Amino acid sequence: MPISDMSPEMMREIILDHYSNPLHKGRPEDESLYEKTHADSTNCIDDFDLFLRIEGDKVTDALWDGVACAISTASTDILCDRLIGMGRAEALRLIEQFILMIEEKPFDEELLEEALAFRNTGKQAARIHCATMGWTAAEKVLEDKE
Amino acid sequence: MIDHARFLRDFPMLSGKSMQGRPLVWLDNASTTFKPRSVMEAVDRYYTEFTSNSHRGDYDLCYKMDSLVQESREAIARFINADPTEVVFTSGATASLNLVAFGYGLTHVKAGDEILLTQAEHASNVLPWFKVSEMTGAKVGYIPLDEEGRLTAENLEKAITPRTKIIAVAHVTNVLGYIAPVKELARIAHRHGAILVIDGAQSVPHMRTDVKDLDCDFLAFSGHKMCGPTGIGVLYGKYDLLRETEPFMTGGGMNAKFDMCGDVNYLQPPLRFEAGTQNLEGILGMKAAIDYIESVGIDDIREYEQGLKRYAVAELEKTGMAEIYNAHSEAGIVAFNVKGVFAQDAATFLNSRGIACRSGNHCAKILIDYLGQVATVRASFYFYTTREDIDCLVDAVRHGKEFLDAYF
Repeated sequence: MPISDMSPEMMREIILDHYSNPLHKGRPEDESLYEKTHADSTNCIDDFDLFLRIEGDKVTDALWDGVACAISTASTDILCDRLIGMGRAEALRLIEQFILMIEEKPFDEELLEEALAFRNTGKQAARIHCATMGWTAAEKVLEDKE
Repeated sequence: MIDHARFLRDFPMLSGKSMQGRPLVWLDNASTTFKPRSVMEAVDRYYTEFTSNSHRGDYDLCYKMDSLVQESREAIARFINADPTEVVFTSGATASLNLVAFGYGLTHVKAGDEILLTQAEHASNVLPWFKVSEMTGAKVGYIPLDEEGRLTAENLEKAITPRTKIIAVAHVTNVLGYIAPVKELARIAHRHGAILVIDGAQSVPHMRTDVKDLDCDFLAFSGHKMCGPTGIGVLYGKYDLLRETEPFMTGGGMNAKFDMCGDVNYLQPPLRFEAGTQNLEGILGMKAAIDYIESVGIDDIREYEQGLKRYAVAELEKTGMAEIYNAHSEAGIVAFNVKGVFAQDAATFLNSRGIACRSGNHCAKILIDYLGQVATVRASFYFYTTREDIDCLVDAVRHGKEFLDAYF
């Protein structure tokens, strides 16, 4: 959906939805099948683990678990949602575009879908890290696996 | 006297500042405080009139600087009823507590001894003791807090053992704002042969502190939390204990003489602990800060902040939206959550309304276990805080459910 079509109400709805009922929050039953990475922050209480299952070139499962504010909860949950089923290159491109959006630089709107709800995070500078920490953690895992 | 018209004139940060397009409401005074012009002018004067190094020259300018440093030391000593020889300049309360831990703790505890803290301590009064414990084999223990989160003399009496050598606690805790009964704690500590180290970062700026009356052995505090510059603080220590304290920084300005064989004569306290060129602008600024606080009146400050605290608690409770964790504590600190909103999100929402509050676990990370809350929002006051500032906070809390509006 082009960003111009997403109203503040929709953005709020998306964030609240993933915050109140995260779809991918939890730990995998067998952690040994997953790449585990930790994300935390000095200026927010966010402190969580991200689990990516990568089979061949594909992300076949993504989960996260820990303590996080609304912004990092929703953004990490949406990240997991989007990553599942993606190839590594595609996933890295998605993350790259998300970061560009948060940094208020030109980005590919089509690719981001629900993640467009974070378009305005830059308005609350202290929360930029919250919105991106899950994404940069995933980026590192995906790059390291290359 | 609390005179807001005067404060508006004296504190540049109190007028015409905005955040997120709203007038700035500063409710993070437990973190740091605004400075009056007199402090900035004192700092400035070091560079425009007095630049020279202390203790380093035979000329008049240096002599003048030495006198100013001494005047500042004397003003601080008077302010806490100590002797000037018991006032050590440091970079802040953190450095002061580290100096006690590594200069005194390390040489006065051994394996099997015990250091007692509480769960409400700031990281600066926990982590140095963890290090001492690690290095000596002494054990760190915790004096239980009562059900409200208060440190009582009774609980110290129960927790102290013949092995307890050091008790290190905050006079006013930085999240909950309870005032510890320091005088009684000191009596109990001394009766058991232990010393009492007080973290005064949240107390010295807000209430009368008389080290002789309290009879604490060490007291640490920071300049920037009392209208002074950053990077300057104080360690008070009873002179005999300072003499037993090892300098954990050595260098110029703290030795009398040394030779090639490694024989060194250190100066006596407090200079023994002031190696290297000191924060001279900060020392001058600190004196100006104390002068300012004295011109307002420390007892008036205490009474006024207590009133603000009661007002804030009453008004926040009326909204039905706030969960308050320290309604009965004495200091001007309110720890709360907006019902149904994670602390960090609440603080971001407050930011969107121009209100600066701290959220998180406030460097008192072990308090989590006690509160059963991962994080809280903390609003903290100083003498220049107004009821209108609190009204802004209360109004925001009333609209707390709209917290995501901060992003739209």
